[in-house]
Amino acid sequence: MTKMHMVKALNNALQQEMEADASIMVLGEDVGVNGGVFRVTEGLQEAFGKDRVVDTPLAESAIVGAAIGLAINGMRPVAEMQFSGFSYQAFAQIKQHAARIRQRSEGTFSAPLVIRAPSSGGIRALEHHSESPEAFFTHCQGLKVVMPSGPYDAKGLLIASIRDPDPVIFLEPKKIYRAFKEEVPEEPYTVPLGKAKVVSQGEQLTIISWGSMLKLCQKALLQLDQESGIELIDLRTIWPFDIDTIITSVKKTGRALIVHEAPRTAGMGAEIAARIQEQCLLHLEAPVIRVTGFDVPFPQFALEEHYLPNVTRILDGIQKVLEF
Amino acid sequence: MQRFEVEYVQVLDTEGHVDTAQMPDLNDDQIKQIYHVMRLTREMDRRLFKLQRQGKIGTFVEARGEEASEVASAYALRPADWMVPSFRESGAYLMRGADRVKFIQSWKGDTRGFIGDEHCRDLPVSIPIASQIPHAVGLAWAEKIKGKKNVALVYFGDGATSEGDFHEALNFAGVLKLPVIFFCQNNQWAISTPRSKQTASATIAQKAIAYGMPGIQVDGNDALAVYKVTREAIGRARDGGGPTLIESLTYRLGDHTTSDDASRYRSEEEVQSWQAKEPIARLEHYFREKGTWTDDYGTWVGHEVAKEVDEAIEKAMAIPPPPPENLFNNVYAKIPPVLVEEKAELEKEWKAIKAEREAKKEGAP
Ligand SMILES: Cc1ncc(C[n+]2csc(CCOP(=O)(O)OP(=O)(O)O)c2C)c(N)n1
Ligand SMILES: [Mg+2]
Repeated sequence: MTKMHMVKALNNALQQEMEADASIMVLGEDVGVNGGVFRVTEGLQEAFGKDRVVDTPLAESAIVGAAIGLAINGMRPVAEMQFSGFSYQAFAQIKQHAARIRQRSEGTFSAPLVIRAPSSGGIRALEHHSESPEAFFTHCQGLKVVMPSGPYDAKGLLIASIRDPDPVIFLEPKKIYRAFKEEVPEEPYTVPLGKAKVVSQGEQLTIISWGSMLKLCQKALLQLDQESGIELIDLRTIWPFDIDTIITSVKKTGRALIVHEAPRTAGMGAEIAARIQEQCLLHLEAPVIRVTGFDVPFPQFALEEHYLPNVTRILDGIQKVLEF
Repeated sequence: MQRFEVEYVQVLDTEGHVDTAQMPDLNDDQIKQIYHVMRLTREMDRRLFKLQRQGKIGTFVEARGEEASEVASAYALRPADWMVPSFRESGAYLMRGADRVKFIQSWKGDTRGFIGDEHCRDLPVSIPIASQIPHAVGLAWAEKIKGKKNVALVYFGDGATSEGDFHEALNFAGVLKLPVIFFCQNNQWAISTPRSKQTASATIAQKAIAYGMPGIQVDGNDALAVYKVTREAIGRARDGGGPTLIESLTYRLGDHTTSDDASRYRSEEEVQSWQAKEPIARLEHYFREKGTWTDDYGTWVGHEVAKEVDEAIEKAMAIPPPPPENLFNNVYAKIPPVLVEEKAELEKEWKAIKAEREAKKEGAP
């Protein structure tokens, strides 16, 4: 075990997987010589050479499109979008091909690639650098959507994503890239895709969250007394999600709060709330409440703090559900 | 088979000697106007860079080294022409008369810095690489439809020429024969990616040939040459001659942005070799050669631009952050009812925060 922040854990995952499997390559803008703008791919080009860690021209659609071709033809590409806000430039390739090639070819071809993208807000970045596009990508049926909330899961989920037979978009909450360290095993391990994690147990209320919002939820819980009885679930794989863990928990607590940074309307919280009422309405003691970003474009950074969910909003949400 | 050559234009060599055959129609007052704004841009850069380091503004993008390319090209435009920037075109904004205070305000992450008047023909900064290029095509197209003689000039980097939007836009403009000037700031780098890894073409200018328009290379650190080629391209566009691609050869002397550290990927020698070809000194050499330079004039310009930037910074720093409800303004022309409730939630929270802050202030000794 070594204490690492998320950037190091992701780098470590890439390093070990590339050592173990020669078909894995990394491609993207500034990923080689510069080691990526957040240094997630630092040192990889020195270790594996310019043919396996490739600084591409500035063209997201071609990065993903080429990664699809590479993947169909036996390679295991890990493509980087410099920020998830620039994955839109590659949206057509993701939606039309990465997500559909398996079905279109009746399983003859598949595109087992990983698209990594620093995501979400909280670092006072320029416009388009703070997007939380998980709901868009959930609508790319055939694609898996993953978002870790800490270093340990980051390494295990990235390794699982690389080894997964399906295309995965791996959204990295950049606010917590270096915010805290966790014990991370030195050897490779996987955290299974499609499995949520019960972070803390309770009987009164279930909170479902992911990405950098998970830490925020934990911060909010610290302000409540220890007997508050709140069960916190980290969704981890946004799609296909682990509804069973959620339903089991809500059947026990009878109350649910969903916290995410992306806009509220048609966000993943809406889907989770719908499933809860479909599958355990009679267990519910209160409406399912969402604490989310507003239904507006992610603002330029002068207003960022007002956009992002905060501890007060989470505590208000908890109170609303508990006191209904 | 069609054969082609790419013309390269330089008026001033690095010592400031003029190629008189190439000299554009500019008098010394005009050249001094360009020089003044180049100095202003340099000073603005220097000061905003410092403010970023002090945490007073957000991520900042320096234009250092590219002042001739930006300012002299923008000088060739008329006010009614469209200027479509990416994010490094401080010089073009300042040349076009951008309000200095608002210009700084926008680097505070405050969109109110982009509020323009009814004559505004400068688009706001566009961060997604190359995405603004098709907009210039549409702006120019509308001018053509309206029977106006105005043009659109769009700036983008060498890196942008790898994006689909660049190619699609040039193709459109070629097919529709639109009055657009595609102005490529080839500053040799796209973050850590050198021009040589961006395209296998010998030049960026030659990409124009494939889209049926003239392409030309210009020494982008030579303000007179930049003015000359831009002026000619604009003239052709106004007269119905269609688009032009200009490749301006310049150099990003600073880091990519304040979040970058260029020493990780490029050599100090390379930077120094370009420092020697730097555009402001180049114009000073020109004035000296011509005998129209005095050190007093240089010092005076320095004082003027420092004062202008000082005053603007002071005012911009005094502007309080935008009110939170700005999140909801201008998302739609009229706020839809379904958003009114969210806005009310936010306003309620803001009231509580303000009350708490007030209470704290009063409680303080
Ligand atoms: C579509 C898109 N992809 C990636 C980025 C991240 N990014 C910002 S600037 C930049 C390099 C741009 O290079 P160039 O076009 O040469 O312009 P320069 O920065 O040199 O002025 C990159 C990759 C972005 N802003 N937009
Ligand atoms: Mg460049």
